[in-house]
Amino acid sequence: MLDVVIRLAIIVAAFLVLPLLVGQTEHKVMAHMQSRLGPMYAGGFHGWAQLIADGVKFVQKEDIIPAAADRTIFKIAPAVALVPYLVVLIVIPVGDGLVGVDLDAGLFFVLAVMGVGVLGAIMAGWASANKYSVLGGMRAAAQLMSYELPLVLAASSVAMAAGTLSLSGILDEWQWWWLPWQALGGVVFFVAGLAELRRPPFDMPIADSEIIMGPMTEYAGIRFALFMLAEYAGIVVLGALTAVLFLGGWHGPLLPGPVWTLIKIGVLAFVVIWVRVSYPRMREDQLQRLAWVGLVPLALLQLALTGVVKVVMA
Amino acid sequence: MNFASPAFWPPTTQEIVFLLLGVIAVGSAVLVVTTRQLVHAALWLVVSFGALAGGYLVLTAEFVAWVQILIYVGAIVVLLLFGIMLTRAPIGRSADLDSGNQIAALVVGVATAGVLVSVLVAGFRHAYMPLTPGAGAAKPLGSSIFRTWVLPFEALSVLLLAALIGAIVLSRTDIRGR
Repeated sequence: MLDVVIRLAIIVAAFLVLPLLVGQTEHKVMAHMQSRLGPMYAGGFHGWAQLIADGVKFVQKEDIIPAAADRTIFKIAPAVALVPYLVVLIVIPVGDGLVGVDLDAGLFFVLAVMGVGVLGAIMAGWASANKYSVLGGMRAAAQLMSYELPLVLAASSVAMAAGTLSLSGILDEWQWWWLPWQALGGVVFFVAGLAELRRPPFDMPIADSEIIMGPMTEYAGIRFALFMLAEYAGIVVLGALTAVLFLGGWHGPLLPGPVWTLIKIGVLAFVVIWVRVSYPRMREDQLQRLAWVGLVPLALLQLALTGVVKVVMA
Repeated sequence: MNFASPAFWPPTTQEIVFLLLGVIAVGSAVLVVTTRQLVHAALWLVVSFGALAGGYLVLTAEFVAWVQILIYVGAIVVLLLFGIMLTRAPIGRSADLDSGNQIAALVVGVATAGVLVSVLVAGFRHAYMPLTPGAGAAKPLGSSIFRTWVLPFEALSVLLLAALIGAIVLSRTDIRGR
């Protein structure tokens, strides 16, 4: 019992700290890539406390709900967006035997719960009673529907290779040559995951230059901060999943397992930020085209490749 | 499949949880058809599907539960919401949501439920299965589908493929009239 409590406490702590670290890194990395300095004053050393200061500011702000909004749905939408990412962290293994709960169908659990998170954006978009919000919510829904398929297909390729759906089981089976073998699936999974998080260049649903802030337009104060937290928690979860499924998770030379997991998550989070700075926003038709003409056939190809190698090896 | 009939009193924790999930599933399903707010109906459907998945979990059908969430909540309800928001999604109550076929729909619904329940009760009244954890995991499920039930599985695949091709033919405007 105590063991479970400690594990859950560590997971909640990681859930509260890692997204803030990613957020602060994004401030600094984006700034330096654009020849700026980013936050420099809060907390003294290179503005390390900027996000804590932001959090204090968000808590103090007035919690505004538009008069025409659907109040209940408007209020619970941020929680629907945030909680799934916390739940997902419970089943992600960070080291050999270090996992909150080892589920037999862990892979499906993760994909199912992450799909629920998108409902938060759709609910927020509709309940705000704002035409920009509804447009953003619809775009989020359309994006989820097209990118869920390549995401699930790429993930099932790894499950086929390992012969199990358990995330710990997949890592137990993992060998170094899976890196080139599953590389195509890894790219598809990461890109589709990025699209599900609605991060640039897939940020058509929140495109600030045309629909202000999409589903979050009417949100202020702590509820807006929860949406932001959900975005960064999503980056952590996507990095962790890609690391576990395609990069060998805690496998690695010299350093202990959990350190390797954190390094891989960190590198992937950096890539997410890097992509945001480097690429312009994709148009809605380009988004759909990339999913159906690009990623789905590639994911099917990866599935076929996995099957052939699996049969030849057996 | 015939084991000794278990005692129903006192109820075990699983039975209580299962009953509560059933109440939530049925209650939210009733709200889906009675609510006067269109989008709320879709969201109550999420609650109903979630409770159903919880029911599968209590019956140790872990894999089916997660697939239920992935497909129904993650894809079907999102598609429904997209469709509603694309056509009309007013905030607040709509007056014109009641169909004239209310009574007929009620009769058909109650009759279908009656047939299903009476078939289940008549066929499986004395069939009891012990719930062993892991019996509904991915591996036993996969081997029973692809060994014992492979023919129905393939038949269903052909049916789905036909529907898929039909959908493509219907939605493509450039191949019509040939």
